[in-house]
Amino acid sequence: MKPTPTPTSISDATPLTRAFGQDAANPPWKLPPPLFDARCRACWFTAALLVLVVASFVSLNLDWAAFASMDAARSMGRFVAEFFPPDLSPIFLGKVVWAAWETLAMSALGTAIAALLGLALAVPASRLSSQDPAWLRSPTRWLLNALRAIPELVWAALLLISAGLGPMAGTLALALHTSGVLGRLFAEAMENVNSGPGDALRTQGVGPLRVFAYATLPQVLPQLMSYMLYRWENNIRAAAVLGVVGAGGLGQLLSFHMGLFQMNKTATILAAMLLMVGCVDALSFSVRRWLNR
Amino acid sequence: MSAAASNLPIARPSGSPPVGPLMKAPARDPAFAARVMWLSVALVLLWPLGVATEFRLWVLWEPENRKVSANFVRSFWPLVYDTEFLEMLLRETWRTVAMATAGVTLALVLAVPLSLLATRVLSLSALSGRMDRWPAVLRWCVRATLIVLRSIPELIWALVFVRVVGLGPTAGVLAIALTYGGMLGKVYAEILESGESHAAQTLMRNGSGRLQAFVYGLLPSHAAELASYTVYRWECAIRSSVVLGFVGAGGLGQQLDNSMKMFNGGEVATLLLVFIALVALADRVSAWLRKALA
Repeated sequence: MKPTPTPTSISDATPLTRAFGQDAANPPWKLPPPLFDARCRACWFTAALLVLVVASFVSLNLDWAAFASMDAARSMGRFVAEFFPPDLSPIFLGKVVWAAWETLAMSALGTAIAALLGLALAVPASRLSSQDPAWLRSPTRWLLNALRAIPELVWAALLLISAGLGPMAGTLALALHTSGVLGRLFAEAMENVNSGPGDALRTQGVGPLRVFAYATLPQVLPQLMSYMLYRWENNIRAAAVLGVVGAGGLGQLLSFHMGLFQMNKTATILAAMLLMVGCVDALSFSVRRWLNR
Repeated sequence: MSAAASNLPIARPSGSPPVGPLMKAPARDPAFAARVMWLSVALVLLWPLGVATEFRLWVLWEPENRKVSANFVRSFWPLVYDTEFLEMLLRETWRTVAMATAGVTLALVLAVPLSLLATRVLSLSALSGRMDRWPAVLRWCVRATLIVLRSIPELIWALVFVRVVGLGPTAGVLAIALTYGGMLGKVYAEILESGESHAAQTLMRNGSGRLQAFVYGLLPSHAAELASYTVYRWECAIRSSVVLGFVGAGGLGQQLDNSMKMFNGGEVATLLLVFIALVALADRVSAWLRKALA
């Protein structure tokens, strides 16, 4: 719809307006807005971002020369060439397969323990009914946040002191970090559940434990399972590298052989790691597609 | 009404048949057998896992182990806060953030062109039905590269780069750049393909270039989502740059590793607290930015 030009706009209009009419989004002679405006939040944000990036690069004084020089390229080439041929002797392959199984077991057991611990922490961390005073809600949430904030690898390094080198430290580390993550997700799921069944039981005088077991838990169980599977997938990836600090699995084998500069064996372990992660990715992708069908 | 209700037996003696619509409440859990079965299946499945991971919790309670852990935990207090340590702490915290920021910046340099190459929506030949063979092969190759970059954990990249460029933040920045380049590139391509592509395809049908179609057709509708994912990944990069310190890439992680190796509990506790605060801060900043972008 064309707006009818008012007499005033015609009187001060140049021939240009008449040529383009009033339809253009902004009149053609108008300059674009200035690049920086003190009231523009996006401008300030962009400026801050630029400062952050530049300050990061400057303060780190990265060693570009060592990386971009011919020398570094040559040493990189030599490094990659040492990977070939990968060590495929049956004895070593057996060790790699055992380490891969250990990694898988660490991730599965860690996730299972984390699910139990997370569930135990999620109950006090959630307000299950509107009458629930939930005294422990914020302290438990703080605990969950702390468990979650410390990465698996740091937990593993801490637990090595009491659990010693080996896969148990890794399993416990995965369990502690994941229980923080799962506890929070479980608590959110339980607070968002439909309160009808629970209220029905409560008005009949059923105690909180049985309300939880027969009304809340059955409703959230499918969601809890899907969170668990998702975390398990993440944990397989995490378990593969936990060994770098000595907590068992493929990572321990990797750091051991890399430390001894046995690059052929390192290549085999890296390939096994990639294969495992790739298989897990493909499996979870197909399972998710099957579930969403 | 009330008389009728009181006549209805709620708990009736066992053995009598149910009367009317109100059934006798089962005395036992009706799903008891199924629950016991699933529990035992789970235990049987968990047993070999416990064997494989040498999961012997009682090791933690052995006297000498208990003594060592108790001593370590007891040394957490008092926290260390002399000026020299605090200065070091501040420097290393900044270094951690800087490593994450520089890494994500380099990752963007890698991810943006690769994701543009990988996006199927920006294919000219696909406008008329099937994509030609060579563009399809190229896109598949770029996608495979992104997946390989992404599936090698940053810690492994860091181990490799520490060998090549030596100890220090360069290895960490490069490790973050490669892993996050893969992640960002793959997800960018997915985001660009997920939404409405009509505008971009119309532009290309009318003779615009692919870059123009991207800038004017795809970017406006996806910019918020792309930016918010990038901010989220920056937050993750802060977390992983701490971990990278454990293999010698500098930052808080390296200090934590050193203090742990010297059993200096006070320093470990201070570093952990600072780290938790840093992660919480990054979490808040990222949540705020993402809300502002949405």
